[in-house]
Amino acid sequence: MMLSMRKKIVFYVLLIISALLLAGPAIMAIVMSFMTNQDILTGRLPTAFTIDNYIAAFDRLPLLQFLFNSLIVSIVIMLGQLILSSLAAYAFVFLEFKGRDFLFYLFIATMMVPFEASVIPNFHIIRDLNWIDTYAGLTVPFFATTFGTFLLRQNFKQIPKELREASLIAGMGDFKFFLTVVLPVSRTSLVTLGIYGFLTSWNMYLWPLLASTNDTVRTIQIGLKQLQTQEQLNQWGVIMAGAVIVIIPTLILLFLGQKKLQKGLTEGAVK
Amino acid sequence: MSQIELINISKSYDKQKDVLNSINLSIEEGEFFVLVGPSGSGKSTLLRMIAGLEEISGGFLKINGQTMNHLPPKDRNLSMVFQNYALYPHLTVQENILFGLKGRKIDKKEQQRRLNEAAEMLGIQELLKRKPRELSGGQRQRVALGRTVVSHAPLCLMDEPLSNLDAKLRAHMRVEIRRLQKRLGLTMIYVTHDQVEAMTMGDRIMVLNDGQIQQVGEPITLYNEPVNLFVASFIGSPKINVGNAVFSENGKYLIVENQLHIPVDPSVFCHIPRDRNLKVGIRSEHLMPGISKKENLHYLEAVNIEQLGNETSIAFELGSELWTAKWPGQWKIDLGQKVSVQIMPEFLLFFDADSGNLIKSAELGKSQGAVSV
Repeated sequence: MMLSMRKKIVFYVLLIISALLLAGPAIMAIVMSFMTNQDILTGRLPTAFTIDNYIAAFDRLPLLQFLFNSLIVSIVIMLGQLILSSLAAYAFVFLEFKGRDFLFYLFIATMMVPFEASVIPNFHIIRDLNWIDTYAGLTVPFFATTFGTFLLRQNFKQIPKELREASLIAGMGDFKFFLTVVLPVSRTSLVTLGIYGFLTSWNMYLWPLLASTNDTVRTIQIGLKQLQTQEQLNQWGVIMAGAVIVIIPTLILLFLGQKKLQKGLTEGAVK
Repeated sequence: MSQIELINISKSYDKQKDVLNSINLSIEEGEFFVLVGPSGSGKSTLLRMIAGLEEISGGFLKINGQTMNHLPPKDRNLSMVFQNYALYPHLTVQENILFGLKGRKIDKKEQQRRLNEAAEMLGIQELLKRKPRELSGGQRQRVALGRTVVSHAPLCLMDEPLSNLDAKLRAHMRVEIRRLQKRLGLTMIYVTHDQVEAMTMGDRIMVLNDGQIQQVGEPITLYNEPVNLFVASFIGSPKINVGNAVFSENGKYLIVENQLHIPVDPSVFCHIPRDRNLKVGIRSEHLMPGISKKENLHYLEAVNIEQLGNETSIAFELGSELWTAKWPGQWKIDLGQKVSVQIMPEFLLFFDADSGNLIKSAELGKSQGAVSV
């Protein structure tokens, strides 16, 4: 598209303003994490550069432990979601059984139940299973995901039926076909769902708060909150330092997977 | 020995009306058998039932004398080529061709040997490392055929394998598939809706319509002696010319579409019932230019002329019908011109207008012996 110079300038000014609006808080957080407490509270421009806040953040709480917990929880949820939803999606697409479509619509309908509504029953279950303060309690309730199943189902549907039939003639069972054909063919969607699952579980707050009572399995998001409330006077620099540490994995994943994420999400949305 | 036998095979979905109705058929070993019919006639369903991809609702399917009704596809020892080729997009050509062998536990050396043999036969040696999306339509088709070749299955099923190709390539692949089949001695069941493919490739053809067998036979038999109007108009291009016919009151003329008066020659018309509604048919090559002889000349108005170079196709209006004549060579005819056409009664096919069944086929115009030196 060719733009005249004036239009270009207007466009870029607008773009810069909106970029600042969007990224402003994040930039502020990053800048604040390197400022002294004095500078922050007086609202001045930074006069000194310091990494004391980071040292303090790691000092005050077992941040590394929290990060590790978050990593474990996120990876386990991601894998669990990938396995369960790809298997479920396979069944919805390639296996024929009575009431399949009805079951699928019922499945989709559960998307309308907000997570908050199922928190209490879920909590009862993991309490009865003695799963409080365990990784299992933090992860298992999220394995079944309607969204993931739906996304993969749409993707699997685009695989021609003839591929399944050709494999039937070649004498290939369902599971082998699933592993050697379906999964490799829909790599993009699997990566998308994986990143999506990882990020959502990384950013989860409510459930880890309920399901953990001590530091052993607590995730980083809860840790961050703890930084804030431990003292009367908030040390904003320290909190911001913690926040920056938390968003680093998110950013890395987003930068690496942005293309695939976009492609996968829109692929499912077309049909 | 007949390899495949269908005994009273029928198919219905959800206990609705039958899609296929008591199909009885036997296919010989090494035969190129073509199933042809308009879309929705059930030909693909029949093929898929033989393959085991579709359940058989009634009747028996026997392959080599054994009943196969409930055997899974892999145990029927057959290969299949699909309309969209069913190539695995994430695998290379080589892996695609060998895909079927992996499941059958055939050792690596043998796999490689078969692969080389097939690649050479089909001329795809240079493509083995490519992915399907980097191939043209014709190349994909060859890869799909490659699977059949390496499988060494004696029976091959093909479901409209050429319909995604352009006309030129199609003509070429027709010959290739046919040669491959003869070379490997395969029993082939080939589904198509294209009667040209059926005529040119098949040893025998089965014409299917609305789930019923119309006729089974050699291509030339179907062309010369179609059992009913459906087969007559389905086989042959351009379509056979058909018109309603009645005898004049004095019985001296056969009147076609209230326009043509064909004198009744007792030797030709002796077995034709006088009291029934008739339809007559005549192939376009038998509507001959009226110059050589004086008899049986009729004047018809030309409404369309197609010059093909080696022949000229002329459409005439006859009552409510459009008749087409195919004349060898190049003819200069103007639109609307009255053209003299010779219609010999010996070339006419007679059908019962109500049932559509053949009463009498043409007496002339059948195969001539070639002069051998």
